[in-house]
Amino acid sequence: MTWFRDRKGYLPTGSPSRFPAMRLPLDSYRLANGLLVTLSEDHSAPVVAVNLWYHVGSANERPGRTGFAHLFEHMLFQGSAHVSANEHFELVQRAGGTLNGSTWLERTNYFETVPSHHLEMALWLEADRMGALLPAMTQAKLDTQRDVVKNERRWSVDNQPYGTWWERLPALCFPSEHPFHHSLIGSMDDLNAARLEDVAEFFRTYYTPDNAVLTIAGDIDVSRTRAMVARHFGPILRGTGRPALPSMDLPRTFGAWTRDLVEDDVVVSRVFLASRAPVFGTTAYYAGSVCAAVLGQRRGSRLYRALVRQREVASDVSAFTWDLAKGSDLFVVEATARPGTDAGTLESAVVAEIDRLCGDGVRADEVARALALVETDYVSSMQAAGDRADAISKFATLLGDPSLVNDQLDRYRAVTSADVTAFARDFLGEDNRASLVYVPRPATGGGAA
Amino acid sequence: MSLERPRPGLPSPYEFPRATRVTLANSLRVIVAPIHRLPLVTVLAVVDAGACGDPEGREGLAMLTAAALAEGTVDRDGPALVDAFEHLGTALESGADWDDTIVRLTVTPARLDDALALLAEVLMAPRFADADIERLKAERLAELLQQRVEPRSLADERFSRVAYDASSRFARAAAGTRASVHTLDAAAARKWHDARYSGSTTTIILAGDVLPSPVQAMVERRLGAWARPVQPMRALPTAAHRAARAVHVVSKTDAPQSELRVGHVGLPRGHRDYLFVVVMNAILGGLFSSRINLNLREAHAYTYGAHSSFDWRRAAGPFTVASAVKTEATDSAVREILREIDRIRDAEVSEDELDLATKYLAGVFPIRYETTGAVASALALAMVHGLSDDYFTTYRDRVLSVSRAEVLAAARAHLHPEALQVLAVGDASAIEAPLAALQLGTPSVTNADEGDA
Repeated sequence: MTWFRDRKGYLPTGSPSRFPAMRLPLDSYRLANGLLVTLSEDHSAPVVAVNLWYHVGSANERPGRTGFAHLFEHMLFQGSAHVSANEHFELVQRAGGTLNGSTWLERTNYFETVPSHHLEMALWLEADRMGALLPAMTQAKLDTQRDVVKNERRWSVDNQPYGTWWERLPALCFPSEHPFHHSLIGSMDDLNAARLEDVAEFFRTYYTPDNAVLTIAGDIDVSRTRAMVARHFGPILRGTGRPALPSMDLPRTFGAWTRDLVEDDVVVSRVFLASRAPVFGTTAYYAGSVCAAVLGQRRGSRLYRALVRQREVASDVSAFTWDLAKGSDLFVVEATARPGTDAGTLESAVVAEIDRLCGDGVRADEVARALALVETDYVSSMQAAGDRADAISKFATLLGDPSLVNDQLDRYRAVTSADVTAFARDFLGEDNRASLVYVPRPATGGGAA
Repeated sequence: MSLERPRPGLPSPYEFPRATRVTLANSLRVIVAPIHRLPLVTVLAVVDAGACGDPEGREGLAMLTAAALAEGTVDRDGPALVDAFEHLGTALESGADWDDTIVRLTVTPARLDDALALLAEVLMAPRFADADIERLKAERLAELLQQRVEPRSLADERFSRVAYDASSRFARAAAGTRASVHTLDAAAARKWHDARYSGSTTTIILAGDVLPSPVQAMVERRLGAWARPVQPMRALPTAAHRAARAVHVVSKTDAPQSELRVGHVGLPRGHRDYLFVVVMNAILGGLFSSRINLNLREAHAYTYGAHSSFDWRRAAGPFTVASAVKTEATDSAVREILREIDRIRDAEVSEDELDLATKYLAGVFPIRYETTGAVASALALAMVHGLSDDYFTTYRDRVLSVSRAEVLAAARAHLHPEALQVLAVGDASAIEAPLAALQLGTPSVTNADEGDA
């Protein structure tokens, strides 16, 4: 807790009772079947978060089955040996809890936050579907969820301006044989091709305790919780080992400037400028993350000042990383044109700012601004049990070490302006840029001028 | 794995953070809710300057003025103001909704006094430079342009237009129309600020790692002298008009989905049936396990999701069922939505459905208020709607006591099948005839850019 007071004298308004430290208490251990468990006790609210990450995502899909990892995530809410279809949702909500799941390139997560006296019910639900999903799987359920997912695709990709960027950007940035290249939501053809046998095979291969991490954060008694975890997850059998991913290694940069120009049903242009970047968790990753904040986080950032406020060529800008942990991460700048600005002008404006950053480097006060925002965002993100549990699971899954969650502020604070400048020069140069540019389709772009 | 279903243990006690309320000599109210968990405090300035008060023809003024607060003060231009906040590790967010203007920030307690000094500058001495106002206007106009191809916001905007009579403020977007935004300028913002912003129309809410008396003193030092006469807010718009049932199609060529909105004018937040309606809506379409979602998504797979909601405002906001459905299921989805609305008015919900809804609403309460921002927002809402000081402490007991008869009565009193407006943004050539065949009325077909004022 001393971390935030060193900038300025402490003031007398605080109360004596405080969060013991900014370090989360962690109790991590492995069950005999390989499940990595982390408990983080905190009694500030009578709630508890149960959070499971499976180390499988769209990267693990085989050819012809794009979108399957995500479709499979939907199937996990269709019941298991002792739970009927949609009963998972119903039981958690009846307990006064919230829940969901999500799929990403490298992982799939499932999570619920419940009033703490319902903890064991949440563990039982997760254990039942980890241990005994297949008896509940039917062709009818698969057909229904296939249609639900197709509607999700229409909603989030096909019927949404710029919606295809989610699949076009990785397609542009990763070679065609690379596991990050293909669409996460999947093609309609591949979704149609998914069979019940695929569900069984995917489950047996990837939904095993040794390929998962379980985090429980909140109002718990550690020893009683350990006993519950042993009772519900202990009997589940270890898997037979997941197949290795093909090599994820890539050259450090693209080697050239690649581009994709898309005519879409939009009225103003939007530019995504992506670069290969050091993977999540490395020292250079933190420099890149601070660089993204300097360039594109909030209104004090370089891009906002220059493109939105001064030149008025953009209505919105941002910069962020995808936090990929294998092979190569992506550093992405996104800018949306003001009406009347064409894509070329917008892209040149973005590039000019990045060139300036590479050329002149960043100033210490820019890094101080970025770090001040990062610190507040980090502490804010520790408020909800579900967010704490998810952060712990992220480090446990992607880096194999849940305790890294407690190093984050130190890692960020260690970043200097020289580090950020070095990052920009190493990774944001002309040999490492990919432009994905959306322009109004001639028939619909009347307003774009 | 084959273990018996676990039974719940004993609930841990929970208490919504206790708030202390004082009124300063200049009538400025200060509400402090100490939450000693993490070194964070959220500060809200709530000003009685909502979009409902926009002058006729100048819709969007309240929101433009609120946004412009963050664009500089008399002493600092926009970039300098942004810099000052962001070096404190915080960012000022300012905006207006129908009932008020809210300026918000979250900061570590060590930087609270500096942040309050800046906040006071923003509230009392905004810059309203012409260039900033023009840029904000251009951004709103760009947003309106983009809305033509963004089916969700297009459906929301068009639904407001068909649900409300043209004379209602609610028929036009809170942020204004193309015509109304063009009329706005820095002078209008300054005049609105002079008329609406004062200590007597403002409440400062602090939730987080602070104690009441020291922060009350801090607020008093920064804002205690802010006093000037303001005009009374004009009467709330009357929203009683409810049109006859009608079907509206907004054409989006080749759209693979139809964005559906089905509903009508609802009821004001202050209505005595509020809690019954909340429980009824949870069962109808508020929850994942609600009737409408299970029907449209899980039984028929028409959609990725479907839900219903009441938008709670001081005056009657809309009741809306929203879903994006595959084009060929557009008419079937509408028919099922109407069937569910009829069904919840026909007979009492089951004990099981009531149990799920009330236990969810009561149980989720501590989860909903885990953050300083959520607690501050709840206190703001309570203040704006005049809820009693013990509202949050008694909420869970009150929701658990709602009966099936009360749910049925709420459905019958506040859902109006004969007045439902059905709106679909989609491929008109594919959906117009099937919608007409439902015999709810002859669909009117318009284009996305039609009627943009």
